[in-house]
Amino acid sequence: MKADSNLERVLSSGKFAVTAEIGPPRSASADPVRKKAEGMRGCADAFNLTDNQTAMSRMSSIACAVVLMQQGLEPVVQMTCRDRNRIAMQSDVLGASALGVRNVLCLSGDHQSFGNMKEAKNVYDIDSIQELMILRKMRDEGKLWNGDELEVAPKLFLGAAANPFADPFEFRVTRLAKKVTAGADFVQTQSIYDMERFERWMALVRDRGLHEKVHIIAGVMPLKSQKIALYMKNKVSGMIVPDAIVERMRNAKDPKDEGVRICVEQIEHLKGIDGVHGVHIMAVNWEEIVPRIVRGAGLTSRQ
Amino acid sequence: MIIGEQKPLNEICEILEGHHRILIAGCRSCVAICLAGGEKEVGILAESLRLHSDLEGKGWEIEEVTVERQCEKEWVREIAPKVEGKDAVLSIACGVGAQTIQAMYPKVRALPGLNTSNMGAPVEPGIFLERCGGCGDCVLHLTGGICPIVRCAKSLLNGPCGGSQNGKCEIGRDTPCAWEEIYQSLKELGRLDLLEANIPPKDWTPSRSGGPRKIVRPEAVMSETERQLRGER
Amino acid sequence: MSQGKRIIAYCCEHGGIGAVERAEEEHRQSSPDVVIIPVKCLGRVDVLHLLQAFREGADAVFVVGCLEKNCHHLYGNIEARKRVDQAKHVLDSLGLNGERVEMFNMASNQGLEFMQSAEIMIERVERLGPNPLRVKR
Repeated sequence: MKADSNLERVLSSGKFAVTAEIGPPRSASADPVRKKAEGMRGCADAFNLTDNQTAMSRMSSIACAVVLMQQGLEPVVQMTCRDRNRIAMQSDVLGASALGVRNVLCLSGDHQSFGNMKEAKNVYDIDSIQELMILRKMRDEGKLWNGDELEVAPKLFLGAAANPFADPFEFRVTRLAKKVTAGADFVQTQSIYDMERFERWMALVRDRGLHEKVHIIAGVMPLKSQKIALYMKNKVSGMIVPDAIVERMRNAKDPKDEGVRICVEQIEHLKGIDGVHGVHIMAVNWEEIVPRIVRGAGLTSRQ
Repeated sequence: MIIGEQKPLNEICEILEGHHRILIAGCRSCVAICLAGGEKEVGILAESLRLHSDLEGKGWEIEEVTVERQCEKEWVREIAPKVEGKDAVLSIACGVGAQTIQAMYPKVRALPGLNTSNMGAPVEPGIFLERCGGCGDCVLHLTGGICPIVRCAKSLLNGPCGGSQNGKCEIGRDTPCAWEEIYQSLKELGRLDLLEANIPPKDWTPSRSGGPRKIVRPEAVMSETERQLRGER
Repeated sequence: MSQGKRIIAYCCEHGGIGAVERAEEEHRQSSPDVVIIPVKCLGRVDVLHLLQAFREGADAVFVVGCLEKNCHHLYGNIEARKRVDQAKHVLDSLGLNGERVEMFNMASNQGLEFMQSAEIMIERVERLGPNPLRVKR
């Protein structure tokens, strides 16, 4: 075991893992985090805490992770390269590890032009692959990137993101391979709606044997309405939503029910794909629906 | 070349507030090519400011000059008679030009009339694109001749982020994804193998992070003796 | 300066002057407030010329050239439109109102169109008032 986190244990044991996303509040009170987490207790092996997602200032992912641990739940701390240089990155990782964080997801981060403070200067001292290289060195060699010895090395289970729906498609598997080489232990993918393209990507992943080197956790996002489906399809870069799904949402009597149904069907399908070791549920601003989805997909009784 | 853009006219008017004898100084190099600070732009700006002065009763005396290369003191020295008696020089060269003027004429205020933007190229008439970030450690040999430092919105060194779609960057549909371009270029060159290797964290010391940069060409540096023999200039 | 309006019309030798002459042939009464300045081609008219006219006290300036795709010098009229837009921007920034400068395209046989373009500019000056610089002097 590299970090002996719950997520690592579940994945190593060959069990189908579930992770769920929690968006930190725009608030100095951690109550919303507690409430969201409590509502999802038993539904996931670990909970991702987003890091100023879409470049909007929110409570820090590390602080939220501590709140979660106080509740006896396991966090996955997301850490973007947008807001910290390598000095801050290594410092934050040491601190997070000292506080008990074991799972860290390495990300480039959404560009600040999406956020509510577009005038901000981004950092991008390093990219997500270099972040993995640095964090792995800290864990495996007990050294900072410059070679300075750490008295105590952080225990980390390292995650990365993968987006089979971004372009160029042929490069997407190469990029995953690069992340695996850099140190990724697990990968969480972008929300999958285009199952055909995801399967094509997985076939290429298997061709390179990457499914045996890294745990692939497939991302799903339940849709609340046709409007959201269209927004995802037309406005979110790196997202593909097939017309068939938009149509299903449009024709649904109860769009929320239909969204849950689609999500459960997707999970059932993903469970059967060779090399997919879990699902990552991103119910943005709809965390309360997660228990229903998990029950529907027969994935309850966790943690 | 250096790409710049004139400041909005009312901002220039605000900057000039409180000055009366004003010299507008353009440059015949980069900023003339990007239609921001050449002789022609000096003329239009001067006329616009005279109109403003007349309308508002400012009584500004505005003169014009355009220097061959405002970043070089040899050229800037030549405008001494024009600078004489002025209380401001409004430079519409790049920031380097404005600073050269200030350094050469420390008693006169050098004011910026232009926003210096980037190092780029005129790609078609009227369109100028950033091409080089001046990071001091070129990687073009690894990236198919396309700079990821400035052409990628996140300066990524190991491939496109998840926001690259249909060849476009996530920041906007009219911004091409540099990594898509890099991929296509390397494919064309038959060198996709270059994308397999991970590029480690970059050394930014030769970049802006290292403080103001200094480049020394020993073959051009003058010793004390040489200086004396040539006569101090 | 005189009580009347002072409107400058830069007219190219082909479409512009042609239309002016046609208007005369048709015995249309042109306004004494409009001063016609012939130019070889509108491609020769620069922002500087437009701005200088205002500094000299013009209330409005318009440029008249050939129809688009029918410029005697191919694209002089297209260039001119960009210069006029540039000048409009400057006038707006200075609080003079960009409407004081305009561009019209016409063929050399369109005398009536020339008269109408002059009328448009006269109306604008009536609405916007004289050039504040001229009032001051």
